[in-house]
Amino acid sequence: MSKKVLIMPIVAALLAVVLSGCEPLMVLNPKGPNAETLSKTIWISIATMVVVLAVVYILLINMLTKYRAGKMGADYEPPHEAGNHKLEILWTVIPIVIVAFLSVVTIVTTKDVESKPEGYGDKKPLVVYASSSEWKWHFSYPEQGIETVNYAHIPTDRPIEFRLYSFGTITSFWVPQLAGQKYAMTDMLTKIHLAADHKGDYWGRNSNFNGEGFEAMQFNITAESQADFDQWAKDVKAKEPKLTEKEFNKLLKASVVGQKSFSSTHLEFSKPPMDHKAMMDASKYNESKKGQKRADPEEHDMDDMDDMDSME
Amino acid sequence: MTMSEIFAPLKEPLIMGTAVGIMVGVIAVIAGLTYFKLWGWLYNNYIKTVDHKKIGVMYIFVALVMLFKGGVEALLMRAQTAVPDNKLLNSEHYNEIFTTHGVLMILFVAMPFLFGLFNVVIPLQIGARDVAFPRLNALSFWLFAAGAVLINVSFIIGGSPNAGWTSYFPLAGIEYNPGVNNNYYAWSLQISGLGSLMTGINFVTTIVKMRAPGMTWMKVPMFTWSSFIANIIVVFAFPVLTVALIMMTMDRQFGTKFFSTEDGGMDMLWANLFWVWGHPEVYIVILPAFGVFSEVIATFSRKNLFGYGSMVASMIIISLLSFLVWAHHFYTMGHGVVVNGVFSITTMLIAVPTGVKIFNWLLTMRHGRITFTTPMLYALGFIPIFTIGGVTGVMLAMASADYQYHNTLFLVAHFHYVLIPGTVFGILAGYHFWWPKMFGFKLNEKIGQVGFWLIAIGFNVTFFPMFILGLDGYARRMYTYSAETGYMTLNMISFIGALVLALGFATLVYNIYYSLRHRKELACGGDPWDARSLEWATHSPVPEYNFAVVPTISRLDEFWYAKKEGRDLQAGKIEDIHMPNDSAAPFWQSVVMGLFAFFFIFNEIGIAIALGVVTLIFMAVRSFEIDEGRHIHIKEIEEEERRLRGDR
Amino acid sequence: MSKHNNSVPLEYQGEENDLKIFGFWIFLGAEIVLFATLFTTYFTLVNRTGSAPTGPELFEIGPVILETFLLLTSSFTIGLGVHAMRLGRVKPMIVFYIITLLLGAGFLAVEIDEFITYVDHGATITSSAFLSALMTLLGTHGAHVTFGLLWGIAIIIQVSKHGINKRTANKAFIFSLYWHFLDVVWIFLFSFIYLKGMM
Repeated sequence: MSKKVLIMPIVAALLAVVLSGCEPLMVLNPKGPNAETLSKTIWISIATMVVVLAVVYILLINMLTKYRAGKMGADYEPPHEAGNHKLEILWTVIPIVIVAFLSVVTIVTTKDVESKPEGYGDKKPLVVYASSSEWKWHFSYPEQGIETVNYAHIPTDRPIEFRLYSFGTITSFWVPQLAGQKYAMTDMLTKIHLAADHKGDYWGRNSNFNGEGFEAMQFNITAESQADFDQWAKDVKAKEPKLTEKEFNKLLKASVVGQKSFSSTHLEFSKPPMDHKAMMDASKYNESKKGQKRADPEEHDMDDMDDMDSME
Repeated sequence: MTMSEIFAPLKEPLIMGTAVGIMVGVIAVIAGLTYFKLWGWLYNNYIKTVDHKKIGVMYIFVALVMLFKGGVEALLMRAQTAVPDNKLLNSEHYNEIFTTHGVLMILFVAMPFLFGLFNVVIPLQIGARDVAFPRLNALSFWLFAAGAVLINVSFIIGGSPNAGWTSYFPLAGIEYNPGVNNNYYAWSLQISGLGSLMTGINFVTTIVKMRAPGMTWMKVPMFTWSSFIANIIVVFAFPVLTVALIMMTMDRQFGTKFFSTEDGGMDMLWANLFWVWGHPEVYIVILPAFGVFSEVIATFSRKNLFGYGSMVASMIIISLLSFLVWAHHFYTMGHGVVVNGVFSITTMLIAVPTGVKIFNWLLTMRHGRITFTTPMLYALGFIPIFTIGGVTGVMLAMASADYQYHNTLFLVAHFHYVLIPGTVFGILAGYHFWWPKMFGFKLNEKIGQVGFWLIAIGFNVTFFPMFILGLDGYARRMYTYSAETGYMTLNMISFIGALVLALGFATLVYNIYYSLRHRKELACGGDPWDARSLEWATHSPVPEYNFAVVPTISRLDEFWYAKKEGRDLQAGKIEDIHMPNDSAAPFWQSVVMGLFAFFFIFNEIGIAIALGVVTLIFMAVRSFEIDEGRHIHIKEIEEEERRLRGDR
Repeated sequence: MSKHNNSVPLEYQGEENDLKIFGFWIFLGAEIVLFATLFTTYFTLVNRTGSAPTGPELFEIGPVILETFLLLTSSFTIGLGVHAMRLGRVKPMIVFYIITLLLGAGFLAVEIDEFITYVDHGATITSSAFLSALMTLLGTHGAHVTFGLLWGIAIIIQVSKHGINKRTANKAFIFSLYWHFLDVVWIFLFSFIYLKGMM
């Protein structure tokens, strides 16, 4: 009877894989070194865990088929078994070994994705500030002196350093095919290191729930050759309007907007928060907070969201 | 606030419908109680009671009602996301629903259901007459009930919490959440949390001090052991929540700057405090369920529990580790490789003692004589399904990989794979197992088993697809998604699974109705399952005084061996039994505290203070009260025992 | 039920009394966690003063020493009260309990005055995260003392009405545990907030 319980999840899994079609799952279809490391880590853990599952399932099936009352005879009386030290030590030590193995994998891969990707020569990382406000993403390129909203371009084959922070609620910056996520907060600057190995459009979003417009808080990242990227940056710089403080305040207030481009960044009049180390320093912290802008959390509602869309 | 603002939620047709439904229900109950002249009965037998068994039954009743509310919310969420761009719910409504779903299921279903089982079972399992502080126990229950009323009232009056059950700042702060919604969150958790803390103190004292003579620690039944550890966690974890909620209230209602985005406030602090309580909370609701499985598997394998000592040791280790893993809930906050590494290791280490328990249960069955009753089915279903939850937990524990799972449906699938087979199956196993002890008749086995299969199958169909959706980039808590994402197929399967699951839960209710009608045929004696621990040594239903004579214990599973050897555990001399007096004060005090919280929520501080003073008066009156309790005399006990024996 | 065992102090006699004292210790365990959480919050936010006054700018040694003196003495006097209770002497017991409460009230008066001074310096509970944490921590302790005053009055009335018996002795003893606990918390407040803050 209970064998069905065991088979069910497996059937469900197969069914689901079949139904989800041939398209590979986003997280397991990486397009850059960061996401690739994570995808490998996930496969290692899945493989290890399938072994653990198999052991438990085989033991359970064994017990349930061998010792069911119907099979044991009417006068069978089970013996008293206090325990078995050998077995108990065995099933403590083996899991510890597994945990130790996975711990090593975790630490190595965490260190890996938290530092500048290797294998791109001595190319300096391109720094992009990605900051969030209700419910959009601002991308500032200090090097190029341009800023975009809800989309970004990056060159392939060059390390990129996203510096994240927020003008309000905690958000989480996530481009599944390029890198794992990281929070953006008002108080502390966080970083994501990544690189794109293939040209293409990559979908990203805020994955941390932050209110009414959360679902719409998506963006697009275009990875292109260095030359195309330079051309794009030059075009934006030449053709788009400057981002004034007034314009930026308006933008912070708006709820959901489409894609926008500007030929200057908000970093010129609004400082980002400090990173973790500097944040812990009291005098610096209190000082830096003064230069930081806050979104004025005016009433956002879905009605003016639509207006903003049509403004595009 | 104006009246129209207060009742603004009623503009939503779904809510209006629910509100009307609730009104009709309440009126029907009131009319029924009046028609059958049951008010006096209700007041005297339940509202005033300090009897642990009745309090336990009330906990379970309220938990079941809340389970259905939380379940309807879950169904609505699945229905909303079954198809892309669905307009069934708007974003605001969806946010409220997933928030209250989380709050209800953890704090108003899992906890009270388990507290109900503690109340019904623990004093019986350790051979005690009642809990250490019966009056406090009643107050705990009524405070929990007051909290439950508040969180439900929020739907109709003022608006429900809508920032997720984790209510992270700044989203939950006054700047981004100016309504009363999150005041409800703070106060309903605060009031019921106080009750939980008192329950924790009460049961720790009961188990330490009131075990039957001879019951040394290594002779304590496993459910009591697991609950003991859970209650210790309650005592040490809940004060953290109390403080965090006070700070939330102060930030929201008095303008302090703890979690604010300006003047030095730190939103990350809330996340830390919340999970310092929140992670141990998971073990509060899972350890007692482990205890239930231990009892059930041993009973229906007709064998003693394998590796009793390592079972206890593993729970102690789990409880210690549970306080050292909180940061794994936000690896993505950017605390660097070292911190993430340490928390990854502590988190994965929990798998070791948990694995020990799984293997012990498996080995308990070896050489056993397994019968497939409803409680046993839940215990057996628990092992394979929970193991999936466990191994995905290890996967999530790996900080690097978590950067890809965090905030996705993968995570949602994982914790449902832990909490449903763990806690919910545990609760349902215990519910079917101890029902005859509570009411003197069994639940129908056939309906019970059909219910199990519907729930087990429905559960897997609902939640397994979420693992895959998560890996495909589906973030949790999205109220909808667009068609081109391709998420629809799996979401639709999930919705169908949810319908099966709902059907399974409906059979639980039907079973109560059916078994109640056939209670004569289903009636049973004190020990219907041929079980092992002390609660089965007395009658079913249990007389007020529990045991006519408190048994003396010489070994683990004393009752089992007494049965085998033909000994009567209650053979001693009957003496007068001292019992606590009933009191309506806990009920009325909770009413006052509930109102206090309600007015506080709406910033009516003046009225709230007045009600706070009334609470102090209640405490003062209690201090001055001289209540020596009462005695049940030998004659009455003998008469009752004869009657209960004759009934069989 | 009521085993009379003369080797056990009066307040522990009888099963119920024993349970109450044990339960209260568990409650104090929970209280320790409560204050530990408040302390942790304070240490986290201590440097986050924004543009409001900082600790060193606010703290004054005089009133703090006075508060410490009052509360430590009250802990001593309640000890004397319990001692008198164990000797079965109602009058000295009540006197010592009254002195304890008066000292407690004195502490509270100084603390309120201190808060008023803070506000005069432009430091309110809403000025900065640091001040929110500081005043909530001090305020929680102060609220405990206030509650203790009310509780103590109730106990003095009961002892003077019914004398020293198992019931009143148990209550008076539990109250003394509570009062000592508040003193211990104050020692931590004194060392880690004021002394550390002034250095």
